Amino acid sequence: MKKIISGNEAIALSFGDSGGVFASGYPGTPSTETLEEVARLGEVYCEWAPNEKVALESAIGASIAGGRTMATMKHVGVNVAADALMTLTYTGVNAGLILMVADDPGMHSSQNEQDSRNYAKFAKVPMLDPSDSQEAYDFVRAGFELSEQFDTPVMLRTTTRISHAKGCVEPQEKIAPQIGEWVKNVPKYVMLPNFGKIQHVAVEARLLKLQEFAETTPLNRVEMGDTDLGILTSGISYQHVKEAYPDASILKLGLAHPLPEKMIREFAGRVKRFMIVEEMDAIFEEQVRAMGIRVDIGKDRISYCGEVNADIIRIAAGDAAAVVSKAPVENLPQRPPTFCPGCAHRGVFSILSKLKVFVSGDIGCYTLGALPPMNAMHTTICMGASISAAHGMAKVNEISGRTEKPVAVIGDSTFFHSGITGLLSMSYNNGSALVIIMDNRTTGMTGGQENPGSGSILQGESARQVDMVALVKVLGIDNVVEINSYNLAETEAAIRKGLETPGPYVLVDKNPCILRYRVKKPVLSVNPDKCSGCSACLKAACVALGLTSTGDKPKVAIDPNICNGCGVCAQLCKFDAMSAA
Amino acid sequence: MNIFNIVIAGVGGQGVLMASKVLAESALACGMDVKQNEVHGMAQRGGSVISFVRIGEQVFSPVVMPGTADILISFEPLEALRYIHYLKPGGMLVYNKVAINPSTVASGLATYPGDVEQQITKACGNARGIEALSIAKKAGNAKAVNMVMVGSVMKNLPIDPLVVEGVVKSLSRDKGIDVNLKALSGGAAAA
Ligand SMILES: Cc1ncc(C[n+]2csc(CCOP(=O)(O)OP(=O)(O)O)c2C)c(N)n1
Repeated sequence: MKKIISGNEAIALSFGDSGGVFASGYPGTPSTETLEEVARLGEVYCEWAPNEKVALESAIGASIAGGRTMATMKHVGVNVAADALMTLTYTGVNAGLILMVADDPGMHSSQNEQDSRNYAKFAKVPMLDPSDSQEAYDFVRAGFELSEQFDTPVMLRTTTRISHAKGCVEPQEKIAPQIGEWVKNVPKYVMLPNFGKIQHVAVEARLLKLQEFAETTPLNRVEMGDTDLGILTSGISYQHVKEAYPDASILKLGLAHPLPEKMIREFAGRVKRFMIVEEMDAIFEEQVRAMGIRVDIGKDRISYCGEVNADIIRIAAGDAAAVVSKAPVENLPQRPPTFCPGCAHRGVFSILSKLKVFVSGDIGCYTLGALPPMNAMHTTICMGASISAAHGMAKVNEISGRTEKPVAVIGDSTFFHSGITGLLSMSYNNGSALVIIMDNRTTGMTGGQENPGSGSILQGESARQVDMVALVKVLGIDNVVEINSYNLAETEAAIRKGLETPGPYVLVDKNPCILRYRVKKPVLSVNPDKCSGCSACLKAACVALGLTSTGDKPKVAIDPNICNGCGVCAQLCKFDAMSAA
Repeated sequence: MNIFNIVIAGVGGQGVLMASKVLAESALACGMDVKQNEVHGMAQRGGSVISFVRIGEQVFSPVVMPGTADILISFEPLEALRYIHYLKPGGMLVYNKVAINPSTVASGLATYPGDVEQQITKACGNARGIEALSIAKKAGNAKAVNMVMVGSVMKNLPIDPLVVEGVVKSLSRDKGIDVNLKALSGGAAAA
């Protein structure tokens, strides 16, 4: 029966329908719902790994043990898993292996805009690039077949508008999982240099065979129409091309790597103007130009940055935009994401903001501490970098005679992902930074996924819960203190102590994520006779607060529908104006 | 190619995604092609949310382009203004009159435009504001604002209202069915 589901849901459904046995991944927008849906469907075993490298390595093991497998991650996750990927391409697979990667052109919720198609080229592996939910479904099955036929990992790439957009899907007949043999094969799986050399030759030969396959596979297709304009495209860009030019000739690639050279040459020869439409990098265009095929319209007219749409394509091809819309209304107050009312991160950042220390930040909900009015995070690079970068800063400060100690702030999921090794380095190399671990027992920013510290697994059942303080101690850190960030005075004292004490100093806040764990505390209200309208509480950056201009001067009011009773605003108030309603 | 474009705007946590789901499932139940798309991830953190539903015989892109929306449904007045340029000439806007302060206003960095409703009427000749929160509360749950908003545009969609009701029923849980259906008809009556 036809269903309307997202690309991520389609991939999850097809994984189960196509004989999948084991899936692992690490959350990351826009990939996260894929594994959540595998869990919800409940037919196939799946788990959250602490990071993407572990996810892919576990999938490699599953493939070697004979089960069809998939690892899921966002684009930057592949950077973490790349070490595994770059040699996995040499060993090949036993049972089919899919690496699902979700790109985020337009950076709706990412720290960069890297194009994963580069990795397919880099690793010399086939990459499938679905253009809607149906293809996302179909390409999982095709991916397993391709993986097993050519003895290669297959990358299945989505973008935000594929992963999150919903479209109609007609599922195929279900294939029962078949677990193959668990084979010992030293030359294939032990990548010592002498075996690696042989496997490298095999990789190059495989790529040639895949190129031949690309010429005839139905994954790639020509839709011949008007020959004035012919467009080579793939993925979501195909849909935008169809919107812009429903009658143009299109060469649509389902296999984004390797390219079908003959097919492209022939297609380009049949059209008057040959155009390439691809979001982000000029991956197709560079290869097509290297083939000696002329490209009339390409990246010279379409930006490397952001998403493509129908009008961008029309304008690039020399036509007018199909619609001229009014300009957006200007000067409206922005509505950026913000700490939830009641969030445990708020207290820590209001203190760090007040102390004006240098905060080496990380990736998670707490990154919002970088925004006004807190302005209390000064670097955010990649997951785990808070601690290692703070260590580097502290070393240079020491060398230069600066006395200020940097502060690293990191979430629990990010700490497990790649913060542990940074802290180990700080401990081992005699570093000196204050590290605050915001242990809210969930992977908050991506929607509240379980992690090794949350006490439950992906499916929700209870699991071993790592002891954060013990973990920090075992890395060689003597000063580990638990804090309660809802108590500002106590927390400030702990932070000051940590800044004054030489050497590594770790604070752990264990207050749970109020959103994930549905914490609801009694609402506060403001006594207007006591409120002076000084606005000190507004530094809490809480959407429950607002200045109301009733009476002679503006006073703060608390919206009882929004307040979650954390009490941070009350502690910022010098006039004791807030109390339980 | 006649595509009906719906844009739904609001604030993270208001149920924009559920409203989109109801509209998309309803279109599917009527045998039409449909694509629905929103960008989530940061959506729950009180940020601005926008979602697209496109209905037709064959829908390609999941994205509604500015200047092409037949209907804009906004769960909050400021968000209506933020996305009003998505409407095509003559397009219809229904918005919830209850304002929610963005964090920039709550922290005193910006002020909420006092003339937001005047600006809306100036920008769109076919705009209507409704008291969605009180209608939802009357239906039994303040959270049902999203169903009130769906109800408010129900008779302007290329979908039979009975189908929408059926989808709401099938997507609601026990006690929620009654509340949601009341919210739906409350919204329809208010518009
Ligand atoms: C390599 C990589 N993988 C995944 C992500 C997506 N991501 C962003 S923040 C985050 C985790 C946040 O969880 P946590 O550290 O516990 O902080 P919280 O959001 O709960 O405050 C993840 C997985 C990423 N940015 N980079």
